[in-house]
Amino acid sequence: MASATKAPAPVRTAAPRRPGRRPAAALWVLPPVAALAVAFLHPLALMVWQSLTPEDGGGPSTAHYTQVFGEASFRDALTTTVLIAAGATAGALLLGLALSLVIAFVPLPGGRAIGRFIDLFLAFPSFLITLALLFLYGTTGMANGLWTDLTGDAHGPLDFLHTPCGVLLAEVTYFTPFVMRPLLAAFSQVETGQLEAAASLGARPWRIVRTVILPEALPSLAAGGALVLVLCLNEFGIVLFTGAKDVVTLPVLVYTKAILDGDYTGACVVAVVNIALSVALYALYRTVMSRTGGGAGPRRGGAPHRAGA
Amino acid sequence: MLVHSRTARRAVHTLFLVLFLPVFALPLVVIAAASFATAWSGALPSGPTLTHYQDIVRGDAPRALLTSVLTALAAGLAALTLGTWAALAAERLPRRARRLLDGLFLLPVAVPSVVVGLALLVAFSRPPFLLNGTPQIVITAHTVLVTAFAYQSVTAALARLDPAYEQSAAGLGARPAYVLWRVKLPLLLPSLTAAAGLCFALSMGELSATVMLYPPDWMPLPVQIFAATDRGALFAGAALAVALMGTTLLVLLAVSRLRTRATYR
Repeated sequence: MASATKAPAPVRTAAPRRPGRRPAAALWVLPPVAALAVAFLHPLALMVWQSLTPEDGGGPSTAHYTQVFGEASFRDALTTTVLIAAGATAGALLLGLALSLVIAFVPLPGGRAIGRFIDLFLAFPSFLITLALLFLYGTTGMANGLWTDLTGDAHGPLDFLHTPCGVLLAEVTYFTPFVMRPLLAAFSQVETGQLEAAASLGARPWRIVRTVILPEALPSLAAGGALVLVLCLNEFGIVLFTGAKDVVTLPVLVYTKAILDGDYTGACVVAVVNIALSVALYALYRTVMSRTGGGAGPRRGGAPHRAGA
Repeated sequence: MLVHSRTARRAVHTLFLVLFLPVFALPLVVIAAASFATAWSGALPSGPTLTHYQDIVRGDAPRALLTSVLTALAAGLAALTLGTWAALAAERLPRRARRLLDGLFLLPVAVPSVVVGLALLVAFSRPPFLLNGTPQIVITAHTVLVTAFAYQSVTAALARLDPAYEQSAAGLGARPAYVLWRVKLPLLLPSLTAAAGLCFALSMGELSATVMLYPPDWMPLPVQIFAATDRGALFAGAALAVALMGTTLLVLLAVSRLRTRATYR
């Protein structure tokens, strides 16, 4: 399939071999597409329309956009979102790469169980991570408790959960498995013979990783990174649970404007900006995927057929 | 095997566990431990108690759990039907149309869940679809969000399917509907049950879209967990989270047993 996508002009598939089948096939597609259109596309269109409709009626205008773009809170949210997403993606890529390398190439007892555990991790909601971090590093939590037990101080030194760092830590934790799934799939394709040959020729482990393993895994790494970037841009539960007033990302701004302030039109404007950002990135991800053929399972949740295991 | 010397291997493994355990294993353990505690001011939680669980049973948490399960069942079933149908139909399409359909059905992954919630709220608060304030709007949102995963896993399973079975059935004169019902769907059954499990799990934990549009009488468990932690009841929230994880795990386990039986058939 990978090689087929590279061919610019498919030669054999062009001629319909069984005429009369294709119109029927196209008809079968209609019911699910219609359902999707009613439940998803039409609401999106209405939302975009509302963001363009001025309060006093009349034709579409970009007045709301000018207004929202002028707000400092929106610009801050945009910067925060992009910075946190970029940081979390970088962190998840580094951590995921390191952990996957060990699982795949320095096998340790219980490695299969760890793989299963990672599958399981993907089925859990993201906000649980924030909840857990509150017990780990919160003002009353394990790390600070350990500190006060040891030193006798009244307060522990850690108080970063309500800052962007806390969100960053939670997102790195939650999204690292999304990087590891495709990486582990790619690593299992690497020929052990190549590694043995490189090692017997005297290459040090780090050099083998750099020159043999990484080039093979690069497409999966890129695909996983792009996916995690999109998911980080869209993440809401983690940020909501930190309860941080000064960490406002675009999804949080949408929620605040719509539910807390009742400003639906403003929320629609922010939502459209968020969609534009995420969908553009996701389109890039799909393009990378189809170019490199990194289709060994680097989708969200990896090969989902194992997620229930 | 990349590292041959035993000491080096041990060092790498130690480093691995130092990274892996606190980051991935500890969070789940910590939530479970906190759900049995009343305070956490030392290294370990203190004041062991079952109060939080007793409160769960007495309060409106069972109702929220039931709401979550019902929503997840309805949304999972709808998403599985929709995703499977679309994946099966897409298989027959020419390549360009198929790519278009792929993009269309995977779009909800790229759109933030909060925005999906907002869009549904905007669209279904006015005629002809007046769903605002009903359970159906929550179920619709969950269905939209998880259909992409059902579609994706069924498409992947179809790509792995050996076309020989289908072709020989058709060659022996079976009608397309018969081939689909007696050959293709049974072969897909393991993947379908796995996709159902995934959809159920994702819907059980969905918070972002739900928090935008849940009606007061249809409050799923994640929203209640948020409400608890937001008012500072962290330990009660942990107990609720354990209930949520436990239920999800039980259903996943049941699904995976079902799947094993399906593969043996």
